[in-house]
Amino acid sequence: MDFSLNDDHLALREAVQRFCDGEYPAEHRGTAETPEQTQRRWAGMAGLGLLGLPFPADAGGSEQGPVEVMLVAQELGRALGGGAFVASTVMAGQLLMRLGSSAQQRRWLPGLASGTLQASVALYEDGARYDWQQVQLQARANAQGHVLNGRKTGVLQGDSAGLLLVVARTGGQGNERQGLTVFAVDANAPGVQVQGFDTLDGRRAAHVTLSDVVVDPDRVLGVPGEGADAVEAALDAAIAALCAEAVGVVDALMVHSAEHLRTRKQFGAPLAKFQVMQHRMADMAIALEQLKSMACAAAMAVDAGEPAQRRRLVSAAKVLVSQWGRQLGLSAIQMHGAMGMTDECRVSHFAKRLIVIGQLFGDASWHLKRV
Amino acid sequence: MKLQFSPADEAFRLDVRAFVKAHLPDDIRRKVALGLRLEHADYVTWFRILEARGWLTPSWPVEHGGPGWNHVQRYIFDEETLLGGAPRIIASGIQMLGPVLHAFGTEEQKRKYLPDIRQSNTWWAQGFSEPGAGSDLAAVRTTAVLEPDGQHFVVNGHKVWTSYAQWCSMMFALVRTDPNASKPQEGISFLLVDMASPGLTVRPIRMLEGGTDLNECYLDNVRVPVENLVGELHKGWSYAKYLLGHERTGIAGIGSCKQQLARARQLAAQQGLGDDPVLQARLAQFEVELMALEFTALRLLSAHQQSRTPAVEASMLKVRGTELRQAIFEALLDIAGPDAVPFSLDAQKLEHLDEAVTDPTLVALAANCLDARKLTIYGGTNEVQRNLIARATLDAF
Repeated sequence: MDFSLNDDHLALREAVQRFCDGEYPAEHRGTAETPEQTQRRWAGMAGLGLLGLPFPADAGGSEQGPVEVMLVAQELGRALGGGAFVASTVMAGQLLMRLGSSAQQRRWLPGLASGTLQASVALYEDGARYDWQQVQLQARANAQGHVLNGRKTGVLQGDSAGLLLVVARTGGQGNERQGLTVFAVDANAPGVQVQGFDTLDGRRAAHVTLSDVVVDPDRVLGVPGEGADAVEAALDAAIAALCAEAVGVVDALMVHSAEHLRTRKQFGAPLAKFQVMQHRMADMAIALEQLKSMACAAAMAVDAGEPAQRRRLVSAAKVLVSQWGRQLGLSAIQMHGAMGMTDECRVSHFAKRLIVIGQLFGDASWHLKRV
Repeated sequence: MKLQFSPADEAFRLDVRAFVKAHLPDDIRRKVALGLRLEHADYVTWFRILEARGWLTPSWPVEHGGPGWNHVQRYIFDEETLLGGAPRIIASGIQMLGPVLHAFGTEEQKRKYLPDIRQSNTWWAQGFSEPGAGSDLAAVRTTAVLEPDGQHFVVNGHKVWTSYAQWCSMMFALVRTDPNASKPQEGISFLLVDMASPGLTVRPIRMLEGGTDLNECYLDNVRVPVENLVGELHKGWSYAKYLLGHERTGIAGIGSCKQQLARARQLAAQQGLGDDPVLQARLAQFEVELMALEFTALRLLSAHQQSRTPAVEASMLKVRGTELRQAIFEALLDIAGPDAVPFSLDAQKLEHLDEAVTDPTLVALAANCLDARKLTIYGGTNEVQRNLIARATLDAF
């Protein structure tokens, strides 16, 4: 049992901190990005080697693990930044690394690492809520390969992804694990329709409809029908990264709230003098320490790779991130009074990101059942 | 970063588990499992078994009988002994006074008192709280005045909430030696008092769950030899803080949380609630929160392996651990349902269990739940802990 960070970890964290300080001015954190900002920040992350962090060296990566991903995600969380880092590098990257042949990895990962290509996993479907195994999207085999028909919802950063990793059913039914196959589909392939939309936290996602989309055999990832384990592993890696991101967000909220309590005066004294406020702060601090621990545990469990332990710890972390993250966000708004409800005050943006993280990839009750 | 305990730690865990299984007497295990009150002899029996193995005094220096464990081993030991159904170690002599004497006591004091603590020959009462000084410990008013010949202090005052004073032959007490000090924390001294001294009276306090293990101690012109002063005159507050640091780390009580959660699961099955979705969600939530507490304890301990756990982090563990444990106790009460209502102190004895109108597993449950209210009160109330955490947090951010 060892939670210590080594010098490389500290150097990585510092590099990301510096990047975020430069790219995400404190007073604008959480404001929707302009296309130019998105592009510049994405290129900056590529330049730092963040976009290929977990990839093999021959695919443009630096072969770092979930702990390093955690450190990066924490810092991005503090800045409310990171764009498609979790969707593309962590989740889609993990799926490509798990299922892709070496030819397939060389085909797509270098683009992801250099920032010229974004990928996203098209997983969930209408009416399935968080049950990602509930896949109706059909892939029928024919002479040219497969033909895909169906619809995917809530694909993170789906309208900027050039590559969609579509989870389709080639066998089985309902929410059976057997029969799930992952296809690497170009977003501009004929029959792919991407309906992008804004999300609560000022980011983007998309619903994707596939109508008779023909997919070549060299775009099938892994053994057909056997994709579920890899999808679940990629999902867990993404959840662990989101938990780490939430830690960064909560940490930033603490900074803002402490500053506010020290400076804002009412009834002739700074709010920090009022015990109810102090106790709110104390509860935030206690929760933050525990979220940090759980983000570490989830990252280490993803790293260790044993599926039962990974499921248990990742889900446990997500339960608390969903419950406490939202609670802390809303509590910070309360501490800031009416200012906390404005768009100008950064606290509202941090709170919205925490709410969204809480709702993504399984909420508290979903993960409580999985622990 | 590594999630697994090392093979050596895992081997140690199995070692402790096997030891508890083999050596904990069955009647003591049964009493603990049922939440029944333990007698003096029960504790002494178990403590001597641990001492014979060299495991009773983990926080003591190796040269004075400490086992030389690191923080992880101490953690594993606490967890495994409690999960194995052993009594907790009564803190006052072993975990509180012991470390203070090692750090600040004279050679004579160490020679005179430490061996008897290790052998469980002497139990020590903690003479800290007073009617006017609870969490605000620095408000103690018990006075100690040095006699003109400089050989004795004369102590007058009233101590309260003294655990197991009826079994104690000695007391360590905070007393005011300089009433004119500029701050309340100054002018306090740390004295060792013989409980058999003339003028010292112990009166049990009956608690809401029927227990009488807490006491009031009246000190009426009690004479204490000057060699019983620990450390320097008027510097007692710093020794008390040192001692309370030891107390707080332990009272996160993660082993106890696990013990009670296991009890809750067993009882739920027994009461036909094994498939009750509402209860199962509640227990799953406890499990998640316990996991977070446990990883936090391990993370904070590993970050401060060299030193003692800093006060703020100890406070966080105390707040979280005690509130979680109380929540689990409340769930136990709910699991018992209507069976939590019958109450008999007589039936809460191993030899009278058959007189109970409920299953033996339920007989002490309500009493245990009520007794657990002390967790958020002692060792500095959780409100005071939150004040400390907030102060540090507002400074840090």
